[in-house]
Amino acid sequence: MSQVHHSPARSIAAHAILIAWTIVALFPVFVVVINSFKSRKAIFADPLALPVPGNFDLVGYTTVLAQGDFFQYFLNSLIVTVGSLFFALLFGAMAAFALSEYRFRGNMLTGLYLALGIMIPIRLGTVAILQLMVASGLVNTLTALVLVYTAQGLPLAVFILSEFMRTVSADLKNAGRIDGLSEYTIFFRLVLPLVRPAMATVAVFTMIPIWNDLWFPLILAPSEATKTITLGSQVFIGQFVTNWNAVLAALSLAIVPVLILYLIFSRQLIRGITAGAVK
Amino acid sequence: MAQRKAVRWHIPVFLAPAVLVYTAIMIIPLFGTLNLSLFNLDETKTRVFVGLANFATLFGDPRWSQSFWNALANNAWFFVVHMLVQNPIGILLAALLSSPRLRMAAFYRTAIFIPTILSFVIVGFVWKLILSPIWGIAPGLLDMVGLKSLFAPWLGKEEYALTTLALISVWQFVGIPMMLIYAALLSIPDEVIEAAEMDGVTGWSQFWKIKLPLILPSIGIISILTFVGNFNAFDLIYVSQGALAGPNFATDILGTFLYRTFFGFQLQLGDPHMGATIATAMFVIILVGVCFYLFAIQTRLRRYQF
Repeated sequence: MSQVHHSPARSIAAHAILIAWTIVALFPVFVVVINSFKSRKAIFADPLALPVPGNFDLVGYTTVLAQGDFFQYFLNSLIVTVGSLFFALLFGAMAAFALSEYRFRGNMLTGLYLALGIMIPIRLGTVAILQLMVASGLVNTLTALVLVYTAQGLPLAVFILSEFMRTVSADLKNAGRIDGLSEYTIFFRLVLPLVRPAMATVAVFTMIPIWNDLWFPLILAPSEATKTITLGSQVFIGQFVTNWNAVLAALSLAIVPVLILYLIFSRQLIRGITAGAVK
Repeated sequence: MAQRKAVRWHIPVFLAPAVLVYTAIMIIPLFGTLNLSLFNLDETKTRVFVGLANFATLFGDPRWSQSFWNALANNAWFFVVHMLVQNPIGILLAALLSSPRLRMAAFYRTAIFIPTILSFVIVGFVWKLILSPIWGIAPGLLDMVGLKSLFAPWLGKEEYALTTLALISVWQFVGIPMMLIYAALLSIPDEVIEAAEMDGVTGWSQFWKIKLPLILPSIGIISILTFVGNFNAFDLIYVSQGALAGPNFATDILGTFLYRTFFGFQLQLGDPHMGATIATAMFVIILVGVCFYLFAIQTRLRRYQF
């Protein structure tokens, strides 16, 4: 019977379906990238042709880079994403450790309170967040975005990380205590390194919506100096509505950083989600 | 032992940053929104408490209620398409990926996940290009297989635009159910699978009879995440159809309706109070959905401890 299970026909069918969806998934990305390297005429003449000598043209990239602000947008996105990730992971891990490690009154309640945010999206508070940011003078600063995204990322971080921290061996922590380590040292030196796969999982799921968010940058920080790349590319589309080369080049450039961040974390990702959180 | 009884300061220290940021930026604004929906401006432009009058306007005034029900119905269809297309495809891909001895599994996994990491700006723009009747990658491709007659400007027609956008969103996010189900399938112990094989349960019947019941809780989590995500969707519609959610509001969902109301658009000034009212209505819809899931569905799911 097990021969039936691993028969070549089944395996070919599996590969066929997976290849088909891979093509569907990558085709649009492929179209953007190849056309960003072509001259304007070639884009319209044959959108599916590969860039070859004759139609190869970097005019899109030179336009975008000459525009200058693109680097600023990119930098803003990077600062906001990395900053929010750092705080969401640090604060989330600290809270998760307190909730999973110690017994104290209100433990359950605090856990539930923090988990509420997984189900209720922060966007519904936009009206009041905007008022808060106006009142504290944080409108059009990157700090406003970092604060909002940290709050947005915290519930999932606490939820997933506390599940994982329960699996860290108690003997290890108690051995640390006997050696006279403080609770802070136990957390930072012993526990944090052990939950790295979980941190990577949280990082990916937190990072993607932050990097790609259009809502809060549009509302809280639409100024030229604080635009993120997602908002910036949106502006490129408006500005270059007839300049297809520039739009395609801007979009190709916007794919690269988030892809790199994803690849860095993804090696840990599957290990992370397999090990506990979602069962 | 006496020291044990002392106040354990490290607990509040560990909890404080998360609780403070979360409360200040998320919980207080959320309740601020709920509160704002109970106020409106009187003739002298001063803010006064109006009770539930804004809700009466939203549901009673035909100009408002028509937009609201239109957005809600569109949103429901958007969600149905995701449940019927995205989640089954995600489960199928995960089931194939998790089959033992599959080569290049890591490659497929990464490739299929790539659309998920793209920004809505890219997604909206590239699909508009592909489906454009002028630039014409889709008409060209259909022509190659002799089906050019099937082509229509899908994003421009009232009857197709919403479904087209929902399918684009499915294309983008199918990676998330795939990843979560894949992880759930990998966590099924080998002994369970071996026992099934001993009993002659293999292949698809093994999937239906053994694996699917075991991953039902994960499917439940995915369904509720899809629900929350869909009823908060905004970006894809905004970048591809604009805040007016054309053609003729055919793609208007609650997120775009909220945005237009709160911030205004060409013909209409922004109205924070009605915006907050819509946000509150969304909050109630999501809460009802989540509670329905938690109490009616999740309690009936059987969980297996290995």
